[in-house]
Amino acid sequence: MEWETVIGLEIHAQLATRSKIFSGAATVYGAEANVQACAVDLGLPGVLPVLNAKVVEMAIRFGLAVNAEIPSRSVFARKNYFYPDLPKGYQISQYEHPIVSKGRIDIKLEDGSTKTIGITRAHLEEDAGKSVHEGFGNFTGIDLNRAGTPLIEIVSEPDMRSAKEAVAYMKKIHSIVRYLEICDGNMQEGSFRCDANVSIRPKGQKEFGTRSELKNLNSFKFVELAINHEVERQIDILESGGKVIQETRLYDPNKNETRSMRSKEEANDYRYFPDPDLLPVEIDKETIERIRSTLPELPDAKKQRFMDEYRLSEYDSEILTANKDMAAYFEKAIQSADGEAKLCANWIMGDLSAVLNRENRDIMESPVTPEMLGGLILRIKDNTISSKIAKEIFEAMWDGEGDAGTIIEKKGLRQVTDAGAIEKLVDEVIVESPAQVEQYQNSTPEKQGKLIGYFVGQIMKKSQGKANPEQVNELLINKLKTD
Amino acid sequence: MHKKNIAELVQVLQHRDISSVELTRLVLERCTNINQKLNCFISITPEHALLQAKLADEKINQGNAGPLTGIPIAQKDIFCTDGVKTSCGSKMLDNFIAPYDATVVEKLNNAGMVMIGKTNMDEFAMGSSNETSFYGPVLNPWDMDRVPGGSSGGSAAAVAARLVPVATGTDTGGSIRQPASLCGITGLKPTYGRISRYGMIAFASSLDQGGPMTRTAEDAALIMNAIAGFDERDSTSAENPVEDYTQHLNNSIAGLKIGLPKEYFDEQLNPDIGRIIHEGVKELEKLGANVKEISLPGSKLSIPVYYVVAPAECSSNLARFDGVRFGYRCNDPEDLSDLYCRSRGEGFGREVKRRIMIGTYVLSAGYYDAYYLKAQKIRRLIRDEFRQALSKVDVIIGPTAPGPAFRINELLDDPITMYLSDIYTVSVNLAGLPAISIPAGMLGGLPVGMQVIGNYFAEPRLLNIAHRFQQVTHWHKLAPAGFD
Repeated sequence: MEWETVIGLEIHAQLATRSKIFSGAATVYGAEANVQACAVDLGLPGVLPVLNAKVVEMAIRFGLAVNAEIPSRSVFARKNYFYPDLPKGYQISQYEHPIVSKGRIDIKLEDGSTKTIGITRAHLEEDAGKSVHEGFGNFTGIDLNRAGTPLIEIVSEPDMRSAKEAVAYMKKIHSIVRYLEICDGNMQEGSFRCDANVSIRPKGQKEFGTRSELKNLNSFKFVELAINHEVERQIDILESGGKVIQETRLYDPNKNETRSMRSKEEANDYRYFPDPDLLPVEIDKETIERIRSTLPELPDAKKQRFMDEYRLSEYDSEILTANKDMAAYFEKAIQSADGEAKLCANWIMGDLSAVLNRENRDIMESPVTPEMLGGLILRIKDNTISSKIAKEIFEAMWDGEGDAGTIIEKKGLRQVTDAGAIEKLVDEVIVESPAQVEQYQNSTPEKQGKLIGYFVGQIMKKSQGKANPEQVNELLINKLKTD
Repeated sequence: MHKKNIAELVQVLQHRDISSVELTRLVLERCTNINQKLNCFISITPEHALLQAKLADEKINQGNAGPLTGIPIAQKDIFCTDGVKTSCGSKMLDNFIAPYDATVVEKLNNAGMVMIGKTNMDEFAMGSSNETSFYGPVLNPWDMDRVPGGSSGGSAAAVAARLVPVATGTDTGGSIRQPASLCGITGLKPTYGRISRYGMIAFASSLDQGGPMTRTAEDAALIMNAIAGFDERDSTSAENPVEDYTQHLNNSIAGLKIGLPKEYFDEQLNPDIGRIIHEGVKELEKLGANVKEISLPGSKLSIPVYYVVAPAECSSNLARFDGVRFGYRCNDPEDLSDLYCRSRGEGFGREVKRRIMIGTYVLSAGYYDAYYLKAQKIRRLIRDEFRQALSKVDVIIGPTAPGPAFRINELLDDPITMYLSDIYTVSVNLAGLPAISIPAGMLGGLPVGMQVIGNYFAEPRLLNIAHRFQQVTHWHKLAPAGFD
């Protein structure tokens, strides 16, 4: 039977505020255990939450960026359950009245087509603390630094039909929250993570199958692996006559498998009710418009502009704009490169991305600044250097040896474009290679095209790569001609 | 010295007839002795008190004294006090030393008051008799076989027995007014949001409100001046400007429109109580007030609504007492579930557990709509009914409690009757209105309180009416035998 996969994602993005959602404690990652937990975060008797106005603004920014409705009133609710790292015995979240309601975004599919994914809602909530199971003997340690960290939970419609679509959607949301500067998007630190609801159904069937919820998906790769694994598991069950049970499953990236956490029957009754300690959040039209006017250019719009303004392909534009910092880098580089968009794009997507990946660094901390890269490209364009030499200069810039001009002068890498000097080298090589000359001259024009590479190579060697390859080529063809 | 109220003590201190330290020593001694009989304090804090008294004396000597500098006060043990045990009347918090001051405490400290100790109360403020306290019942100074009311029973008894001129209380369904009535003192429950709830251990967050328990309305006004106001740490506190609550005390009440709800005076009310309230109202008529009958039909629903809303909130508010971070933890838990079950099972008393279970039930999937949601709807009806009534009259007057103080153990096994002792007070909390209970007569040697309910933020008016009433009556001056 042919099966269709149905996926919905719940993405948790940590909002990039300095202080927590309901207290003044700091949110910096990686501090010593419990030093960033104040009386409110500890849930001491008598303390009360006070909403951080910043998170409301950030949530509205997100809502506007995904074409969502912003209800005039939203309400915080308590989600009640017991857990040692949940200090109050309830999590302050939103339930019936989230701050962001229906929205949608477009994702690009592999075949180049566009698909709209619905966003059901996005709501604000506080994160819990962390249980530490190692190093305390028979006890469990509790670190409440993370307790009260603001999160926005973004719930999608069950609109995705493959793991690849789910990843594309997640990447798009990731890109948007970073464009908006409301989340640092750091997945290793857990600032951006997701749960996936996965079910399958016979192709053509309207009703959804029974779903399982996959927890703990903290990288794009794991999302894809976990969903694919889960789909196979469900197909195996159904094809062997079994039934999928509704349950929560935990993904284990080390074993690439999911295992059951709890079934629907064991699920908590969270007893949601409006939090009487917090007033409903009222948002008027003026506030929404004020925030709308501060929105930055978003990925889709930027991509279109790159295509229109810089005449880049859709593919290049997509890659350059997926990351806001990369897009900004590109636009700065272009200014220093006299508008050489295509060369800039190639260098950024090629050599720069490769070395950033290799060194695991962010484009913002690249030692080769956009101005330096632009300068390098200018030197290629005005024939001071060849593309090959440019790669060498790029490595030197990365190693901190200065800008392109400095390195060219210091290392004497200026391309030789003096026709006389090149001609001298060409003549030398021809004299030194009688056998190759004879072979060349007795070959068909097609074969000659290949054989000429030998002479070019020899000449470049003699010139230490500095001879202009186009000039070399031209001279060679002329000199080897047998009329 | 103990007979003096705040207004009188201020004079004595300012004239340096006595220093704050001397006064504090006298008060501490009297409290320590009498507490052995009445059990109205959970903690008496001499070191803390004498330190504050010394500071108060410095201020007085420098001429920087305010209207409350050096005045002794007792704090209900529901308010967090930095470095001092804050038990909330529960075994669960018997070992809890609060690391911070509640806003109310902070404000009273800043006003130069001297905290003598922390008063006994029903466990987590759940009770109307002070019998649910882990520290044992408080005795009513008027009759030591009887309860002082609750949950602020320790505060009421301490003020009635002339141990302190003022104590703080909190009122979720009548916990300031009912004990004030049963102990013959003045108790003001302000408008919801007028007093910060920060640092006041939550029972039912949408109903809880702190307030003063004093012998006179004038003293209550002095305390209100110190504690009322917006607090950025409490999102539900009101931003309305704070008035000088003493300013209108002596205003005339001629032309005051009083509404008497017929539902408050039906056949269920002890006729003697009804007579006392009507006599009290007559005194106000003599001062120029006009009386008319009104109807509050929704008030009959207030007890069932209250016993859905308050337990629902408490079931969630008390979830933090889990034995993990502070408070009582059972011995040798086997696993997490055992830690939770036994810490909570052993740490909470019967009444608290009963309410947690009711609250958990009414919030459960499948019951939420039928109980919690419906209760919230009726709560709105009750509020609207009050609003309407208060658009026609200035204040609503009735009894505070259906009878005088009952005997210890009389109602302990009859929670429904116990709950009904709050029948005239809970609807005020549901509506968020201010109300004051003032002594209005005696019945069989026991005091009876009259409740005056006002519109939102009408505390100055309530204090004005209460003060004028106290100028022409003597009920608030009566002291229980042996304590005068």
